[in-house]
Amino acid sequence: MSAALRVVEPGLFTTVQDLGRPNAIASGVPSGGAMDRFAHRAANLVVGNAESEATLECTLTGPHLVAERPCLIAVTGADLDLRVNEQAAPMWTGIFLGRADRLTFGARRSGSRAYIAIAGGIEADRWLGSASTNLMAGRGGMHGRNLKAGDQISGAHISNGRPAVSGVHLPAHLRPDYSDHTLFAIAGPHVNVLDADGRALLFGGPFKVSREADRMGYRLEGPKLITSGEELLSFGLTTGAVQVPHGGQPILLMADHQTAGGYPVVAGVVSASIPIAAQLVPGDELRFAEITLERARQLRVLMAAALDTLR
Amino acid sequence: MRIHPLGDTALLAELGMRLDTALNTRAIALATALKKRRDVRQAVAGYAGVTVHFDPDQTTFDALGAAIKRLAAKRPPMAEPGRLHRIPVVYEGPDLEGVAARLTLSPQQVADLHSKPIYRVFLVGFVPGWAYLGPLPEELELPRRHVPRTQVPAGSVAIAGRQTGIYPLPTPGGWHLIGHTSVKLFLPDRDPPCLFRAGDRVKFFASTT
Repeated sequence: MSAALRVVEPGLFTTVQDLGRPNAIASGVPSGGAMDRFAHRAANLVVGNAESEATLECTLTGPHLVAERPCLIAVTGADLDLRVNEQAAPMWTGIFLGRADRLTFGARRSGSRAYIAIAGGIEADRWLGSASTNLMAGRGGMHGRNLKAGDQISGAHISNGRPAVSGVHLPAHLRPDYSDHTLFAIAGPHVNVLDADGRALLFGGPFKVSREADRMGYRLEGPKLITSGEELLSFGLTTGAVQVPHGGQPILLMADHQTAGGYPVVAGVVSASIPIAAQLVPGDELRFAEITLERARQLRVLMAAALDTLR
Repeated sequence: MRIHPLGDTALLAELGMRLDTALNTRAIALATALKKRRDVRQAVAGYAGVTVHFDPDQTTFDALGAAIKRLAAKRPPMAEPGRLHRIPVVYEGPDLEGVAARLTLSPQQVADLHSKPIYRVFLVGFVPGWAYLGPLPEELELPRRHVPRTQVPAGSVAIAGRQTGIYPLPTPGGWHLIGHTSVKLFLPDRDPPCLFRAGDRVKFFASTT
């Protein structure tokens, strides 16, 4: 199929992502997928795609893309100063690009990851049931690597060049409040390796995202969490798990986390807070706030209802 | 059995806390049974427990936890013996001499002890294709290296504690490297993309290539 967009500059780190490959976990392959699933889903729904279509995940510095044919796109997530033909352009809504229109980004204003969806989806290599890019295996997405200059991005499905939907918009009050860095969490299976003081530190914080922060996870700086007890037998890990290795600096596991490990997991960030976590950058402060499973359910339902307004 | 939430869309069901073949067999059987449920997105057996990713629109932590307890109480179906893999090893790893010295054994004795048992694949995970194998003979038990290597070559055969394994990809690692194999563990173009599956059996044999 003819290309929809051509990559002039790839940005710092732009990859193709979707909702991941959960069936590969038992082979030690991370599930992967978009870090901020809310923004990923919203971008797809705004342009009339299924929420599982692949999008481009752009990190800190966005790409420079040129439309090779008319297409409908949407950009969501981090505010990286989106521009179309040098003019400021709106996010969380459909943008119609004509042939030769230029999509660029300026300086990062907030957040870390923006998502670009194209009506009709993105044609990408599928590996183990997903188009998500896995750099370690060199599979999925754009031939298993991040985008580079000259890449052509094609639609996955036939598009007649006219927007499938238009005027769809997600207003600010229905989006996550990315400026509030409170991560709601459920106490983890091994929270008892912390004493009362340690638990108060964990759910008091604040912690800071260190420079060791990528799609696998974030090493956190802040109060040292002293753990007791013997080494654990390895078990399956999850996105949002807060594990405490020797040394006491917790690690928050994100989309490309290792599938199994034996460090104690003292908290699990709830699904409604993962999009907030996905938008943190090194140096950002965060706090873990302990909530109940019932409160987590309410937050999840609110988030799903916001996306439902786009359907 | 203890069941703990892992966030709001997963849980950890712990069958026990020991490195034990019977516990691991139960964990694998439980994961297999759970994968058939519509409200379960994925179930992954660990050494002695199961991590279950569930669909929160179809079930709750409490409801699924109760179902798991009922399932675990049933006698599991007779486990089929896992597939047997015979893996050639060149026992010339950079840590072989040091390991032998610490264990007051000769390098040959280390190789003989390592290639004697039929190991069980307790779980596949950590990095693509990595399998935790064991139990390693007690005579070979050593703590991990104090300072992990920043890069271990793919194919390295390693030991730590009561476990042994093969590095499938070049990764950092803290285990003792006693040999290497030419067998590929991570097979990205196959589905599933790895040679070993949980419950399989592995026999090493000394080789010159």
